[in-house]
Amino acid sequence: MKYIITTHLLFTLILCPVIPGIIQKVKAFFAGRKGKPVLQMYYDWGKLLRKGAVYSRTTTWIFKASPLISVATGIIGVMLVPLGKTPNLLSFPGDMILLVYLFGFARFATVLAALDTGSAFEGMGASREVQFSMLAEPAMLLGLCALSALSGETSMSTMFTSLQAGTRPVLAAAIFIVLLAENSRIPFDDPNTHLELTMIHEVMILDHSGPDLAFIEYGAALKFWIYASLTASLIVPPGFSGEWKSLGAGLIALILVVAAVGIVESVMARLKLTRVPQLLVGATILSLISLILIIR
Amino acid sequence: MNSIFNFLMILLILLNFRLLSSSRLIPCIHTFVMQAVILTLVAWLTHRHNLNIHLIILMSVNVILKAIALPWMLSRVAHKRAISRELDPIVGYTASLIIGALLLGISVLISQPLYLSHTAVENFFLPISLFTIFSGLFITIARKKAITQVLGYMVMENGIYTFGMAMAIHEPFIVELSVLLDIFVAVLIMGVAIFHISREFDHMDTDRLSVLRDL
Amino acid sequence: MVLFAGAMIVFFVGAVLLLFIGRAKGANIAGPLFAVVGSVLAMAASIDAIRTGGFELVLPWHFQMGLLHLKMDPLSGYFGLVICLVSGLAAIYGGQYMAAYTKKKQLGVSWSLYLILTASMMLVITAWNGVLFLIAWEIMSVSSFFLVIFESEKPRVLKAGWIYLVATHLGTALLLVMFMILGKNNSYDFNLVQVSATAVTPIFILAIIGFGTKAGFLPFHVWLPEAHPEAPSHVSAVMSAAMIKTGIYGIIRICIFLGPPRASWGWTLIIAGALTGIFGVLSALAQHNLKRLLAYSSVENIGIISIGLGLGFLGLSTGHPIIGALGISGGILHVMNHAVFKSILFLGAGSVLHSIHTPAIEKMGGLMKRMPITGTTFLIASAAICALPPFNGFISEFLIYFGAFSFLYASKGTFSVLASIIVIVSLALIGGLALACFSKAAGIVFLGEPRSFEAKNAHESGIFMRIPMIILAGCCLLIGVFSPYVINFLHPVFETITGHQPIGFTALESAAIPLVMISKTALIIVMVLFLLAALRWYLLKDKTIQETGTWDCGYAAPTSRMQYTASSFAAPITGMFGAVLGSGKELKMDTGLFPIFLSIKTHSKDIFLYLLYRPLFYGIEWAALRLHFLQRGYNQLYIFYIVITLISLLLWVL
Repeated sequence: MKYIITTHLLFTLILCPVIPGIIQKVKAFFAGRKGKPVLQMYYDWGKLLRKGAVYSRTTTWIFKASPLISVATGIIGVMLVPLGKTPNLLSFPGDMILLVYLFGFARFATVLAALDTGSAFEGMGASREVQFSMLAEPAMLLGLCALSALSGETSMSTMFTSLQAGTRPVLAAAIFIVLLAENSRIPFDDPNTHLELTMIHEVMILDHSGPDLAFIEYGAALKFWIYASLTASLIVPPGFSGEWKSLGAGLIALILVVAAVGIVESVMARLKLTRVPQLLVGATILSLISLILIIR
Repeated sequence: MNSIFNFLMILLILLNFRLLSSSRLIPCIHTFVMQAVILTLVAWLTHRHNLNIHLIILMSVNVILKAIALPWMLSRVAHKRAISRELDPIVGYTASLIIGALLLGISVLISQPLYLSHTAVENFFLPISLFTIFSGLFITIARKKAITQVLGYMVMENGIYTFGMAMAIHEPFIVELSVLLDIFVAVLIMGVAIFHISREFDHMDTDRLSVLRDL
Repeated sequence: MVLFAGAMIVFFVGAVLLLFIGRAKGANIAGPLFAVVGSVLAMAASIDAIRTGGFELVLPWHFQMGLLHLKMDPLSGYFGLVICLVSGLAAIYGGQYMAAYTKKKQLGVSWSLYLILTASMMLVITAWNGVLFLIAWEIMSVSSFFLVIFESEKPRVLKAGWIYLVATHLGTALLLVMFMILGKNNSYDFNLVQVSATAVTPIFILAIIGFGTKAGFLPFHVWLPEAHPEAPSHVSAVMSAAMIKTGIYGIIRICIFLGPPRASWGWTLIIAGALTGIFGVLSALAQHNLKRLLAYSSVENIGIISIGLGLGFLGLSTGHPIIGALGISGGILHVMNHAVFKSILFLGAGSVLHSIHTPAIEKMGGLMKRMPITGTTFLIASAAICALPPFNGFISEFLIYFGAFSFLYASKGTFSVLASIIVIVSLALIGGLALACFSKAAGIVFLGEPRSFEAKNAHESGIFMRIPMIILAGCCLLIGVFSPYVINFLHPVFETITGHQPIGFTALESAAIPLVMISKTALIIVMVLFLLAALRWYLLKDKTIQETGTWDCGYAAPTSRMQYTASSFAAPITGMFGAVLGSGKELKMDTGLFPIFLSIKTHSKDIFLYLLYRPLFYGIEWAALRLHFLQRGYNQLYIFYIVITLISLLLWVL
């Protein structure tokens, strides 16, 4: 069992920067372009890690600490979330609560770093970020509620084992929407734009440079992997009994989820800001529906 | 024995009526002094057979306070301020008399169901004491001048003392002592206050105190 | 017991002595000294009570309705620990904070009242007799009232004190009724309490309303945001961290007396707690006065405590002792956690107020560079209050979440599953809103550019004002990291509450594993952070690091006023909930094509104060005015009323 956990962790830590690459490739395919290479993020890393840094005079130690916190919480989160049947390194009953609040910690650090710069742009991004995450958290927790009510387990590693067919699509849709919201994808935020009126996540990291920016991008990739693992575990059909087989099936499902994100990014435009809360409340209602279906 | 008590009781009732109907201030004070003396006399007559130093001290304190000290204070205030009559009471003197008769009737009515044991002496005290209390209260209500109201308060205390004698035939003095202390302090304060009020405002009509109310 | 008596003696002696010091400078040293010595003794007594079961003291003091009966069991010991920890540290802070008022005000009286407040709070939690409890409760309310109106030359402060006095006495009136029902046969002793079955619900309702007024439950919370901002900061800290917890203590104690927990209690506490929490943190988000924000946040945390206790009672009443233990332990631990981090927040707000002389958040900014220790501890407390790991707030909320999640499957067919869903959803909403609120509070106050002249010239506070904050921040981290030991230590407290159903050690063992894992994770996070910091240092070792202004998108002259303000930061969320928050806006603008003058003012009124209490009191005043014709100002008339009543009573009786 140790081998499988080690393999899982190494896979995750090394391969997660591939995710943005896959999304770019999917979007390029839809647009009829060739697009950036899949391994683009590694090249970006190489560039960024070789650079020096530029800091604003207004900032304090929080600005320098926040990228580290993003990566640290991402690494711990990777050790919590299972993919497949084996429990992960740090799994324990109630670990999903720790996961949600670890991401809250990362968000707190990022928002504070954004306010640290004393710029109107970052403040705007921070303000929107806290609003959307406030609405997304109940959706996520209700989804986890539904899983827990179904399986009677309180650890993520054991919750995904018994899922009936009826509730899967609803729950998976709810968690998928939360994934889009938390990782700043269309329809909530456009990762490509740099217009101040339309950015949320991008604008909060506007002042970071050099290795700090590399850390932040890596942390974002880890966060994406974690949410995608959760969604993937929901869409893997039951029946994969072996450990390696379930891990492999989980990975394939993960890639499918990532591709789905790419498709959503290609066919939809970003929502008007006032519509975003409605969509998030919709996600909460989806979770609620699945919960009701389970507890009846 | 009974006849002496009867005589004194009737005297007390008449004195109460005089208080109710008189507008002259100094005679009212004198009436109060007479009431106090008669009551001390009644007390002495009742406990004549088992006197001890305790009772003697109490009776003499009673006389000194109620018959000498307090009336002296009040008349000093009246002389200083040159008040001789209460000319404008809230309830007129004829009406006071009629109400006094009503109060006497009510007192007798109330004391009927209150059964007290012991002798007829005690039974007769009860309506008298109630009547004295009510007339004291009535004087306080129906007169305007502050000094008359103090007088009414002291008459009420007389009534309470009589009540104490009627009820607490075995332990009359605890009631008496407490009430006495009470009245002494109250009259002292009121005497001082009246003096200062009249010096400040140049009159003693409590009528004008109503300016102090809320709205 | 000796320790407790010693503590009480120190408090009383100190209170009397300080009355004579008056305006002298020694008051600022003597007052905190007595407070600290007394608090240390009381804390030792409390810890001893938790470990060994406490003491009971009966003194034959025959006043009319009872004996002097004191009892300190583990529950009292726990609350005593919380109260004295906060009082002692706040006193150290206050010694230096009040130095500015040395010659101007009666500091001796103020410190004397502080000692009386602490002593009365200790008496409240150890009183074992209804009358003694009420006397101590009243002393506590009155002494805190006088402490609140310390700056009584400002009319705003007096008005706040007045609202506080009225509210606390309304609550005390209900408590009076409740204790009268509880004590039959002329004895109000708690050992002899016997409640008939029909009286349980009225007593519970009276307890919730009466103690809830002190604690700050939803419609009765209106005095909190008025009184806490106007009090001096160390008093605000003590009131918010310790005094409102005595309300929680009262509720728990009455529930213990009323026998086995019922499901209706659990539901009431959960729903009241959820509404209180959500409303509290929403209102906090809309404030732009730092101390008012913190006061509303206290309301929110009382809501969380109530949710935990409600879940615990619900679990116990439906036969799930493990859930009961989890809920109760979460609620009780949150009492201590909230005391610790709310004290840091109020003391920090006091430091900021001390150096900037205004509590308006819009005038602050950039204070982290000028007040590094205050800023860092404030940030740690903000992280703790948002329940972020690895700090202590996370542990208590985790216990409540864990209880709710475990309850889901267990209660699947019944109605109670709705309760666990409400718990989870409300905690999630509260958590998200708290994150918004405290990133606003910490970020706008301490980070960014200074928004006013005073903020630019702010200075760090004195050493005695910083030490308590550092100690408390350390407590935050330690409780978070060493939580299994803390829960172990508090085991007797939980057993006292669930006394009717002895849960034994096994019930909380299911919580022990997650807590141990959380502690391990916390240590791993710290390790990983160090590694990453080392990596970063290595990467930047010989590269150029420049300093420049913040990127301004090409604007020629960015000023500090262009930053996001507190109101604008909170605007998306407060806009969504505008109806609940009573938001209003005043916009003043020059007319014409090129307006020179433009000002906008937003405010958020407490809707309960304006829509519930004000009309109620106006109604009572209107009805009372109808009776005004009875009051004429004539003495004789009043005596006449008395005589008529007397005569009619005599006639009627006889």
